[in-house]
Amino acid sequence: MADTKDPTGSSKAKWLVVAVPYLWSAIFFLAPFFIIVKISLSQTAIAMPPYMPQFKDLATAWDAVRQFSLDNYVFLTEDPLYIAAYLSSLRIALISTLLLLAVGYPIAYGMARAPKGVRNVLVMLVILPFWTSFLIRVYAWIGILKPEGLLTMLLQALHIFGPDQQLKIFNTETAVFIGIVYSYLPFMVLPLYAALEKMDHTLLEAAADLGCPPLQAFWKITFPLSLPGVVAGCFLCFIPIVGEFVIPDLLGGSGTLMIGKTLWAEFFNNRDWPVSSAVAVVLLIILVVPIVIFQNQQKKL
Amino acid sequence: MNKAVGPIKRKFAPWDDPAGVPFIRFENVTKRFGDFVAVDNLTLDIYEREFFSLLGPSGCGKTTLMRMLAGFENPTEGRILLDGKDLAGIPPYKRPVNMMFQSYALFPHMTVEANIAFGLKQDGMESDQINTRVAEMLRLVKLEKFAKRKPHQLSGGQRQRVALARSVAKRPKVLLLDEPLGALDKKLREETQFELMDLQIELGMTFLIVTHDQEEAMTVSDRIAVMNHGVIAQIGTPAEIYELPATRYVADFIGDINLIEGKVSAVSGTQLSLTSEGIGGVIDAEAAEGGDATVGLDACFAIRPEKVRISREAPPAGSHNVLEGEVWDIGYLGDISVYRVKLANGTIVKATVANMTRIVERPITWEDKVYLTWPRDAGIILTK
Repeated sequence: MADTKDPTGSSKAKWLVVAVPYLWSAIFFLAPFFIIVKISLSQTAIAMPPYMPQFKDLATAWDAVRQFSLDNYVFLTEDPLYIAAYLSSLRIALISTLLLLAVGYPIAYGMARAPKGVRNVLVMLVILPFWTSFLIRVYAWIGILKPEGLLTMLLQALHIFGPDQQLKIFNTETAVFIGIVYSYLPFMVLPLYAALEKMDHTLLEAAADLGCPPLQAFWKITFPLSLPGVVAGCFLCFIPIVGEFVIPDLLGGSGTLMIGKTLWAEFFNNRDWPVSSAVAVVLLIILVVPIVIFQNQQKKL
Repeated sequence: MNKAVGPIKRKFAPWDDPAGVPFIRFENVTKRFGDFVAVDNLTLDIYEREFFSLLGPSGCGKTTLMRMLAGFENPTEGRILLDGKDLAGIPPYKRPVNMMFQSYALFPHMTVEANIAFGLKQDGMESDQINTRVAEMLRLVKLEKFAKRKPHQLSGGQRQRVALARSVAKRPKVLLLDEPLGALDKKLREETQFELMDLQIELGMTFLIVTHDQEEAMTVSDRIAVMNHGVIAQIGTPAEIYELPATRYVADFIGDINLIEGKVSAVSGTQLSLTSEGIGGVIDAEAAEGGDATVGLDACFAIRPEKVRISREAPPAGSHNVLEGEVWDIGYLGDISVYRVKLANGTIVKATVANMTRIVERPITWEDKVYLTWPRDAGIILTK
């Protein structure tokens, strides 16, 4: 890009435009993040807010900084609960993402192959659930999945289940997977659809013309060309699922261990702000890895 | 426009050989899309090693015809035979034809090399054989240096060559070319036309090309089928199509032509006379093929501008094949000048004169009264 001699003389305006998102990130992400980091280096205290030390004024700031310690981080490695929660979160996020890809890809493919006039309606239908609160939709799943819920009633009505038989999904990981796949599906379908929709259909004709049957053409042409969508969809789902709290809390019961739930319990039940801050910081560091990979992928594609 | 046909090509006329067996045969083929009839009960024979053009405006069914041969569309009625075999039910990936797509349809995630090798790999060819063939193809289209590039790193002309190399790499019996040069600029297009002809002779394949560019069709083809509304208006060699158009549509579609409307005033075998109000004289000419003319029938006289002579001197009185008019407009095109002459009834007749000298002053100028004459066999009378 030409930078020094801008014929329109609007280089200042250009910098202003560039500065806005950075400023936004600095105020609403970076600053709160440093507050969290600071709290994670503090100790709990029976106080308001419940941690020590606190910055009161500039004179005592240096003393406060000298009291910082990594005790909370050490504590996370000492209690196996936290490591188990992180690993369990990553595992659930990974399986959910693969399930989402398996469910979302055919949907996106069907949408992209639908007649042009129908496509926008289908996109609307994918987005439509967002018009209802996320919480209400997850609550609705409780009604469906609980032992005496709608699904059990349906299975009994169809005589697949006996009158005393009940579905034992609720409060298990299966229910969490169902909830996650349901809630995150649009985030998988939309990037996949965007990638598949812009694919030139004559490429498949060309492949057929050169002797490639349809199924092979899918793996040799369609899938490789949809990879940007696959990568985008997977990261858009994986990253928030790792920190997911509401779905495992409502559908997974006490049996499901996820870091989001652990964090919530530390913060609200134990009122241990420093440890929960440390949990959050570690979670962020774990997630930076896939985000960086994602960024590199995007640059390449 | 190059209408000269070389000595090798002049001998090639299997369509005139009564014992000739067509290689591709469309037999009463009809294709409907809902209510729209794209191809209407069409029968067409194409011979082996022929360079055959389907020429027509967009929507005339030429692309549909080609796509049916490739297997992307199925005929609603009729059948298509290739080398004596009915192609019905054979999917595109099993047909011994390859197509060069108008959009080129290069696989964007593969290198030039991989694009060309795609069809060969699909056939399960040995990898060293594939390498040899790909190298040969790259040499053929002069892209050896670009083997590792992706399509988006190539110019339009280079992409066109990759598409061509990919479609001939499998040595298909028939190569289908859908507007192959449509995306190239004029200079490059002209060059590539001759390269295509050389390539066709070198590879000895049957080429079927779809185009709306009549100049392109004239240059490259052995025979041309002019299509209109799903039917063939005329099939013939470029010279036949140009010199002996069968209908007004073909006459008007191919090249530049003057059409003078009138009525048949006398019939003597295939020789007709035509009169028209306001043009003064009588026009004598041969009837177009298949014209079963009777006196009083509406007809039109068709003559190419380059065959019309323009003069200020009046021919002997009572001569036939003379039109009288006034120079309405002159267009100087460098190699030729176009005179637009207005007849008494308002009809404009074009006459072109080759500019043989560099003199800019022309003897004929605006508003001059001129006489247009031509040899008896220069024009043709069309009754359809």
